[in-house]
Amino acid sequence: MVYAVTHSPGWPEVEAAFFDWGAYRDSFPAISRAFLLNVKIFLIAEAFILVFALLLAVLRSLPGPVFFPIRALSIAYADFFRGVPTILVIALLGFGAPALAIDGIPTSTTFWGIVSLVLIYTAYVSEVYRAGIESVHPSQEAAARSLGLTRSQALGWVVLPQAVRRVIPPLLNDFIGLQKDTALVGILGSVEAFKQSQIEVAADFNFTHYLVAATLFVAITIPLARFTDWLVARDRRRRQAGALA
Amino acid sequence: MIEIDGVRKSFGRLEVLRGIDLDVAEHEVVCLIGASGSGKSTLLRCVNLLEPVDAGQIVVGGDEITARGVDVNALRRRIGIVFQAYNLFPHMSVIRNVTLGPRKALGLSRRQAEAEADELLRRFGLADKRDDYPDRLSGGQQQRVAVVRALAMRPDVMLLDEVTSALDPELVAEVLNVIRELAAGGMTMLIATHEMGFARDIASRVCFLDAGVILEQGPPARIFSTPQEPRTRQFLDRIIEAGRL
Repeated sequence: MVYAVTHSPGWPEVEAAFFDWGAYRDSFPAISRAFLLNVKIFLIAEAFILVFALLLAVLRSLPGPVFFPIRALSIAYADFFRGVPTILVIALLGFGAPALAIDGIPTSTTFWGIVSLVLIYTAYVSEVYRAGIESVHPSQEAAARSLGLTRSQALGWVVLPQAVRRVIPPLLNDFIGLQKDTALVGILGSVEAFKQSQIEVAADFNFTHYLVAATLFVAITIPLARFTDWLVARDRRRRQAGALA
Repeated sequence: MIEIDGVRKSFGRLEVLRGIDLDVAEHEVVCLIGASGSGKSTLLRCVNLLEPVDAGQIVVGGDEITARGVDVNALRRRIGIVFQAYNLFPHMSVIRNVTLGPRKALGLSRRQAEAEADELLRRFGLADKRDDYPDRLSGGQQQRVAVVRALAMRPDVMLLDEVTSALDPELVAEVLNVIRELAAGGMTMLIATHEMGFARDIASRVCFLDAGVILEQGPPARIFSTPQEPRTRQFLDRIIEAGRL
């Protein structure tokens, strides 16, 4: 098939526009540097998302009528931010907030890009956590409470550690989505990998520069996936092999 | 040690406990027998406040536990419970399962909690399993760990909820021997069981539960040889037929 494609009429034009090795090498250093911003956005956003989403999931699992308003609010939050397109939130906050020009409100587009991603992904990741919490059998909490642990101690020492272990693979799925969506911050003018490749493409109309950005994104996702596999395997090994702790 | 007075409990429209009166003196071992669904497990869960009672009162060691505003956590520390399905924490090694309660609920230091736990594990022949995870243990070993976990809280009373029902037949004896040892040591116990032979050996008193009431109670010799109530006779006949007595 490779042969058929590379020997079809029109291939030289395609090759020149998308697979130009020279152009690839030329723009690689600049786009790689810009890609560091994607990684930075990802790491900062992820740290906040993991904490906020867990908080949201816990709030949503509070029992009893007393906590109904809190539960209702957290459900409304998750429904809203899972429903709104990411690019819309980024545009709204990234263009809107700095335009207010109020003292004390940051004007950095990257800052507002990160805020938008945190808002959106907190909603997604809290659903993942919630599924994990609900998958832990109630008898586990009963056992913890029967030892005299408080509700929050039972949650913290018994329910959440098991819940989080179970949702590591779906969590990674959202990590990868987040890592890709950092490119959306480029629409605000933050020069990350996608924006940088747009600039390069605009200069010489060679689309190979997009390919540079694409390979960088893929290059970071694959190790992330293998890392999760390793985490899951390690946990299973530890539980079944015993006597390693 | 335990005074149960007129306790009622319903799940929806199903009335599981219909007025239970039962006193358990210190060092006494009371066995609850009866068909599945007769309310044995529910009664134990009520004594540990894992289920709130609808009516009646329960007094443990002089304190009414069914009173409003009682410190549920402080109370549960004095009452150990062992469940049919062990309910060990699968993400923790044996030693951490056993020390979680003492460390978090009693506030013991890690060193002290582990010293006491090691002592208990040695006493029940589990010293070499200390660092294993529950998945690696046999059902009998897991249930013995569950007993040790409850004992580590130095409870005044132990509640055992059909602790051998989930075990393979050849593993039942090792768990029953542990309970015999506890009884010999003077532990006050309330035991729901299907093991009639065991109940006959160990119980100071046997209570036959039927449809949410204690229909008949007395010393095991009398209950098993000359039951007064037709329902008790019927139940015991069926047990004998099944070869379980």
